[in-house]
Amino acid sequence: MSELTPDLVRHLASLARIQVTDDEAERLAAQLAVIVDSVATVNKAVEGDVPATSHPIPMANVFREDIVEPSLTQEQALSGAADSDQGRFRVAAILDEE
Amino acid sequence: MAKAELMNYEQALEQFEVVIGLEVHVELNTKTKMFCGCRNDFGDEPNTNVCPICIGLPGSLPAVNRRAVESSIAIGLSLGCSIAPNGRFSRKNYFYPDLAKNFQTSQYDEPIAFEGTIDIEVPSGNVFTVAIERAHMEEDAGKLTHVGGNTGRIHGAEYSLVDYNRAGVPLVEIVTKPVLGAGAEAPELAAAYVRSIREIVKALGVSEARMERGNVRCDANVSLRRHGAEKLGTRTETKNVNSLRSIERAVRYEIQRQAHILAGGGSITQETRHWHEDRGITSSGRPKSDADDYRYFPEPDLVPVQPSHELIESIRATLPENPADRRKRLAGEWGFSELEFRDVVNSGLLDQIEETVAAGAKPQAARKWWTGEVARVANSEEKDVADLNVTPAQIAELASLVEAGKINDRIGREVLAAVLAGEGSPAEIVSAKGLEVVSDDGALLAAIDEALATQPDVIDAIREGRMQAAGAVIGAVMKAMKGQADAARVRELLIERANAQ
Amino acid sequence: MSELIKKNASELVSLMASGEVSSVEVTQAHLDRIAAVNGTLNSYLHVTADAALKVASDVDRRRAAGESLPKLAGLPIAVKDNLTTTDAPTTAGSKILEGWVPQYDATVVTKLRNELMPILGKTNLDEFAMGSSTEFSAYGPSRNPWDTDRIPGGSGGGSSSAVAGFTAPLAIGSDTGGSIRFPGAVTGTVGTKPTYGAVSRYGLIALASSLDQIGPVSRNVLDAALLQDVIAGHDPHDSTSLPESLGSMAEAAANRSVAGMRIGVIKQLTGAGFQPGVQARFDDSLALLAKNGAEIVEVDCPSFEYAIAAYYLILPAEASSNLAKFDSVRFGLRVTPEGNPTIERVMAATREAGFGPEVKRRIILGTYALSSGYYDAYYGSAQKVRTLIQRDLAAAFAKADVLVSPTAPTTAFKFGEKIDDPLAMYLNDIATIPANLAGIPGMSIPNGLADEDGLPSGLQILAPAREDARLYKVGAALEAWHEEVWGKRMIDFAPELKVGA
Ligand SMILES: [Mg+2]
Ligand SMILES: [Zn+2]
Repeated sequence: MSELTPDLVRHLASLARIQVTDDEAERLAAQLAVIVDSVATVNKAVEGDVPATSHPIPMANVFREDIVEPSLTQEQALSGAADSDQGRFRVAAILDEE
Repeated sequence: MAKAELMNYEQALEQFEVVIGLEVHVELNTKTKMFCGCRNDFGDEPNTNVCPICIGLPGSLPAVNRRAVESSIAIGLSLGCSIAPNGRFSRKNYFYPDLAKNFQTSQYDEPIAFEGTIDIEVPSGNVFTVAIERAHMEEDAGKLTHVGGNTGRIHGAEYSLVDYNRAGVPLVEIVTKPVLGAGAEAPELAAAYVRSIREIVKALGVSEARMERGNVRCDANVSLRRHGAEKLGTRTETKNVNSLRSIERAVRYEIQRQAHILAGGGSITQETRHWHEDRGITSSGRPKSDADDYRYFPEPDLVPVQPSHELIESIRATLPENPADRRKRLAGEWGFSELEFRDVVNSGLLDQIEETVAAGAKPQAARKWWTGEVARVANSEEKDVADLNVTPAQIAELASLVEAGKINDRIGREVLAAVLAGEGSPAEIVSAKGLEVVSDDGALLAAIDEALATQPDVIDAIREGRMQAAGAVIGAVMKAMKGQADAARVRELLIERANAQ
Repeated sequence: MSELIKKNASELVSLMASGEVSSVEVTQAHLDRIAAVNGTLNSYLHVTADAALKVASDVDRRRAAGESLPKLAGLPIAVKDNLTTTDAPTTAGSKILEGWVPQYDATVVTKLRNELMPILGKTNLDEFAMGSSTEFSAYGPSRNPWDTDRIPGGSGGGSSSAVAGFTAPLAIGSDTGGSIRFPGAVTGTVGTKPTYGAVSRYGLIALASSLDQIGPVSRNVLDAALLQDVIAGHDPHDSTSLPESLGSMAEAAANRSVAGMRIGVIKQLTGAGFQPGVQARFDDSLALLAKNGAEIVEVDCPSFEYAIAAYYLILPAEASSNLAKFDSVRFGLRVTPEGNPTIERVMAATREAGFGPEVKRRIILGTYALSSGYYDAYYGSAQKVRTLIQRDLAAAFAKADVLVSPTAPTTAFKFGEKIDDPLAMYLNDIATIPANLAGIPGMSIPNGLADEDGLPSGLQILAPAREDARLYKVGAALEAWHEEVWGKRMIDFAPELKVGA
């Protein structure tokens, strides 16, 4: 049984910054529960001490030298932004008024 | 944001044991950022040292700065840490507009350096061993400016502006284990610890280490527990403490604040608190809803860092002397009293005095000039000693002029003022201004005789052993010589004269 | 309709090199075809006709001047719309990026430009490459030229339908779990996923960083080889890019042969669960291989049973983090709710409106898989399954030089058939996913038409990491025998496309 309740979906959605309505939370919970039950089988696959593989091709020590490369211009940097002001990206206030 | 009620400090320590933990972020002075080739210089015009990588454009990928890794290893080794044979980067996921990718590329379960110790001396002379848990590499965030509302604070702002010049600047975060046993000296220990970290990274040359510019930033964790209790108390994490003095004050404040709450039967909320330098208080930060779940996982776009034994040893071989060892060595070499030496350390003049001694001055003379007259001038001009226009070589030259009796201390101070004014080297100034003391005994004797002529009783007084009587004659001679005489020599000649008669 | 568009890329290259046709003619022929059929196929989201013709005429001018040009100079190509291009919008099939013109070119795009290949436009895909049918594109599905009521595969259905529909001789795809190979199989084209790291991912809008790989989409094995030779190679901007060259794939394709080779049939990827017509064509090919000197062996990969589960944990986990940067601040859509919303609410509203249902589903699933308390059971276990799959494959490759299977269990399904059943949709990837989990190269080649529906089926060839050359050697050989048996290319069996009004 999956623990994927609508409440958990709401929590996950808020961690992921996705607004969900209560209806959506219900629907997603139902859909995800099926998927989670199915993928949870990975637990059964692994017995004993198996190392995790995070990178398919093992490599190490790939470095860049500390050499300056060209940056974007300020205009280029801001070119895709929805809003900017004084050479900076403009965003809504971070906190609610208290 | 009212000032909280505080318990008297001594009383707090009677009732509670203080546990502190320190997280210090050191900004490395590499030429480029941690994961891209943009200049590591965030004072420039906003959003000009940025590229697809550090503003997190879709499709961009990070690449690790070799120099930053080597600097991190050097810091780890200087803290007595082990260097991880297999370190890796992880993603710390949380949304914040100064974080271009909405995750910070950091290190989590496999930091580059771990398990070290560092001895910290507090002003009383007590030495505490602080255990280092880890030192790990990560990237800095961009800079937010809050607009509207009052005084640029985040609270009540209408909107915010983001400059990503600082985003991706390499940081090393050094985390201590809980530090117990410092008692009343916990605040001083916290400050002395951060001072030591600054000294170390400065000596390594890996950071500018200027706290006022945020090159070194400290988060101070404080918790209290009843004496004899086993479980650690709930801690608070105070951020935004950007001077040594504030660290000390903030820790002290938290001890008193928490003690008051606990003694009244209350409990401490685990939270981030902000230090307000102007009011000398901490205030509760925003309780972060994501705080407990950063969903760390290994950064798939970067491969592990596996420093070879050879690399580690070659970095170890180039490490400068550890500041604590150096202090021990210099204290032995210079032979200062404990108080004198501590004074030198606290005034941050070790480098200058060491270089002055290396340039030929006697240690005591070097100490006196730097902690005395030079520090006085810096103080009155509200400047850093380092920013004054005088070099250790010049102080050594000045000291040698005094030592050789060419000038006296008073003239020496005059010469120093001229050096600071950029008039040349001490020797040049002495000769240009004709400041050299009169060393011709004949001229001095003539002046003595002239003075004795008006004060004939003095000779008898000296013969009878009442030496204080000599003062008036010496004063008259110095006056006649316009100060350019060696008072000790005048005294010698006067005594000779008296005894000869 | 110009006959030029039906030719293989390698033929067009020869014709242009000998001066029989110009690049402008070739490019214009494809642009004409796009104008005629893209309204039906929806292969392209954006056509860059002017830019393509400019490159083409430049090539023609330089060729006429006797300059020595890159091998594929003048050969037009289509690029999947999850690769950044400075001269065309890049959407990744999502509303959240509508209209975004990137500030930089993907490394692969730069390579195409350096090769002087005219870029015809950007091809459709499931939003952020999440899907197997292009039904999850925010800009409508692409259609299969064999039957426009059916899916062209996904996520790279735009590229596969372009190449199968003769609107491009070659295309770029990206393959995270089969997004090049599955579309290849269902459109009767060749889809190749190189070894992880063989082609730089810099500028590829990441889906799952440890699984994503860019590769060629073509109608013919030699054509794929020519393209892989252009786009492969080390890139310092991608830390996971292989430092070494894998050699010339064109040479491998020219040396086509299976004599003395051991060809492994994966027990878990044959028989029950595969459409009978698909299985029958697969068996035909095995016989053909055996007849031509290959030794057919059976290999056992028991942990493949868990591949889909592991994949649908690793992919959403990495994707949830990769897609966090789509937050309305630096690029892309911004939705501002009523009132005076905080940035947190603006981000949440933007992501709600900008992401489609499958993307949201996977982001939430990935957030779950990484969250504290679940990490070990889900993400941690999935990474271990990955190790088991690599071990199975290592054992299999000890017994066989290459492995083969049907590329997908079925031929192209109809639109809407699986859209409401994520699990059924995920099952399409059963044969292709293991290669991504293990980082090995894989290729799907046309393998004849299934008896029950007359639609294309594909045969997948897998080789050990870095042994991409084996795919081309075996693929080219089998392709040649097929064409001998069929008397023409498989694509020539495709019915004439009925162009909608
Ligand atoms: Mg940190
Ligand atoms: Zn940058």
